[in-house]
Amino acid sequence: MASAWRGSLRNIGKAPVGGPPVDCLSWLPGLPVPWKETTSVSDSVPPSDTGSARFESPASVREGLRSVGYLPDDGIAGVVYLADRLGKPILVEGPAGTGKTQLAKSVAELTGARLIRLQCYEGLDESKALYEWNYKKQLLRIQAQRVAEDDGGKWTDIEEDIFSEPFLLTRPLLEAIRAEEPVVLLIDEVDRVEVETEALLLEILSDYQVSIPELGTVSATQIPLVFLTSNNTRELSEALKRRCLFLHIDYPDLEREKEIVLTRVPGITESLADQVVRIVRSIRSLELKKAPSVSETLDWARTLLLLGIQSVDADTATQTLHILLKYQSDIEKAAKDLSTSSASTSR
Amino acid sequence: MSLPVGVGVPELPLGTSAGLLESLSGFVKELRNAGIPVSLTENLDAMEALKHIPLEDRDAFKYALAATLVKNNSHWKTFETVFEVYFSLRGREYHLVDGVDDEADDLISDLLGPREGESSGSADGLTHEQLAEMLFRALMDGNEAMLRAIARAAVTRYAGMEPGRPVGGTYYLYRTLRQLDLDAVLQRMMETARDQTHDELTDLEDRLAREEYESRLDALRREIEAEIRRRLVADRGAEAVAKSVRKPLPEDIDFMHASREELVALRKAIAPLTRKLAVRLARKRRHGRKGPLDFRNTVRHSLSYGGVPADPKFRYPRPSKPEIVVIADISGSVAAFARFTLQMVYAISSQFSRVRAFVFIDGIDEVTDYFKSTEDITAAIHRINTEADVIWVDGHSDYGHAFEAFWDRWGRDINTKSTVLLLGDARNNYHAAQAWVLAEMAKKARHVYWLNPEPRSYWDTGDSIVSQYATHCDGAYECRNLKQLERFVEQLG
Repeated sequence: MASAWRGSLRNIGKAPVGGPPVDCLSWLPGLPVPWKETTSVSDSVPPSDTGSARFESPASVREGLRSVGYLPDDGIAGVVYLADRLGKPILVEGPAGTGKTQLAKSVAELTGARLIRLQCYEGLDESKALYEWNYKKQLLRIQAQRVAEDDGGKWTDIEEDIFSEPFLLTRPLLEAIRAEEPVVLLIDEVDRVEVETEALLLEILSDYQVSIPELGTVSATQIPLVFLTSNNTRELSEALKRRCLFLHIDYPDLEREKEIVLTRVPGITESLADQVVRIVRSIRSLELKKAPSVSETLDWARTLLLLGIQSVDADTATQTLHILLKYQSDIEKAAKDLSTSSASTSR
Repeated sequence: MSLPVGVGVPELPLGTSAGLLESLSGFVKELRNAGIPVSLTENLDAMEALKHIPLEDRDAFKYALAATLVKNNSHWKTFETVFEVYFSLRGREYHLVDGVDDEADDLISDLLGPREGESSGSADGLTHEQLAEMLFRALMDGNEAMLRAIARAAVTRYAGMEPGRPVGGTYYLYRTLRQLDLDAVLQRMMETARDQTHDELTDLEDRLAREEYESRLDALRREIEAEIRRRLVADRGAEAVAKSVRKPLPEDIDFMHASREELVALRKAIAPLTRKLAVRLARKRRHGRKGPLDFRNTVRHSLSYGGVPADPKFRYPRPSKPEIVVIADISGSVAAFARFTLQMVYAISSQFSRVRAFVFIDGIDEVTDYFKSTEDITAAIHRINTEADVIWVDGHSDYGHAFEAFWDRWGRDINTKSTVLLLGDARNNYHAAQAWVLAEMAKKARHVYWLNPEPRSYWDTGDSIVSQYATHCDGAYECRNLKQLERFVEQLG
């Protein structure tokens, strides 16, 4: 164990691939020490209690995610890496359709872990999220006891028996905690549950354990990577936020979105992809009810490809706008904007 | 050196130079000053996180701090500014002393390759025209390294920064940008783009090219700003600069004194805010209240308990939705406030049985229809500003006349279901107050509230007569920023 973390820590000292040269430390004040001298010091840093690390460096996360078809930016890769090292959950926030859920799925795929997903909704309670006693099985057990011994076994025996593991129905959260193999826990759209229900998550998120009154406390055998996603329809409680690393995934910049289109839409030409993302960026700059998301960009690119369009002009764009935008008022506005503004700038 | 093996106390790597620790604590303090809540645990988490990232990677360092310290996306911009100040690039090339700026020009000449003729590359070697030409070429190619070097050279040359001068960065930014004349550059770029293609550019292509160039110019502008900030930090130290560049968070921006930039930030902030508010109010309505006791139902159910009313039943709660009447002053000083309040009220209009909107300066006009015909609030606001008939005599606020006119024309529509919101600073230009209108209104309406965008200490100073009106209202509230406005609107629903 000790040698394992030692080995991975040693890598921290090395400059990341394509990173700045060592003398760039000038941005950190009061660091006269050249890096080489300090590697030995960081080797003797006590291990954090996170267990075995999954990733070597932020760069390796980036490369790994790329290999499973998810193109992260530096921020995303960095936070995933930190979450692994610190053993903390990640709260992923951002507009709909920017790949929040996909991130969790891709990380699971990358690490070869099982993905356990808890979809949140209003009215979610602990019997759906944590665990539940299997009432039917318990009843059968009691009846079976009666039939077997007519004199009637002691109630305490039965009680001890029916509140034991075979009668426990695990729900996603408990399942993630008890899993022997590596898992990734995805708690989707956590902003949909009520504030009171949020408290259910706190014990798991900070200590990776679940307390069951009849059984005691179940602690995690290995610390799962936890992703919480939120569409920001309400403010999450401070207690929850404090326990998580925060990651905001926004619409990607031009280069990255183009790359995403090129990877996810096979057969698209580079020039068409370029046009697509430029037009989408242009539409996003309008004040809309709902700006087009990445998944809608992809849908649009696929549509154009199916229609056999080589290059987009204003007419094609307006005719297929309904794939990008979902509100009639937005479509009208964008269509108007695409036709009029170009008229005003034309020679 | 021996390190404690305790796991709870984060130990910084690098033999923890005191300088880093000091910078970090200054950094966190400044974040708190700027209004971002950073708890002690989060602070410790940040230290812990720094153990795991390669410190020489500045981006990683930044993301580690951001992920642990900033838990709200609307705070990101503030975080970024503070980060830039506290962990800006330091080095002798940023000092304001003459003679060390050659590096920028060296870099430029490196990037350009050996130029024919002179190869000195010193600051004097470049004329204003040459620099402009290089800027143009770098922008056309989208050459980032080149742009950075030019930004540095431009700041050296045009900003005229002097050590120790207590001037904010905006002044230097303005001076630099004026010399570069980016509008003309954009014009030239567009012309070149048109010339380069042999066919005519279609309208769409034209538009996309323009947007691309504008975004490059924006990048340049940011680079120049960052460069100026770096030099200010090198000159005056992080703390002083942080104080001068501190900007309020979007929810704390004062409506009445918002700059154009801040208004944009406000507009961006209000959309998610209203969405949250609507969700919260809808939930409150569904879960919050229990209706009155349903006697019949209780008795019927008591039969199964042998006549004991063990299980009281309640009527389905049907709280009546209030009808909202907004009467807003839209004269210059408070226009922004009226705009945001209307936007917020309309965004949650599903929580009210009806919303009616009136705007006035010295005349008054109903604008409810503007909101009905379109879903787009911005368009409605635009129509209000251009079409509404709100000027009676001279276009200076006259609350008295506006209220009187309202009472004459629409007074009979106010009934026990109406909640009236009056928006304005009550600066009446010494006209007659006509406060009796509010007294009458308060008798008929369910509630009358006054929302004032001015700080409370300014009320009743000068020509402000807010308390003459407020005595007849159920409450007068100070609504200077989104936070206060949100709090008020929430108790309304």
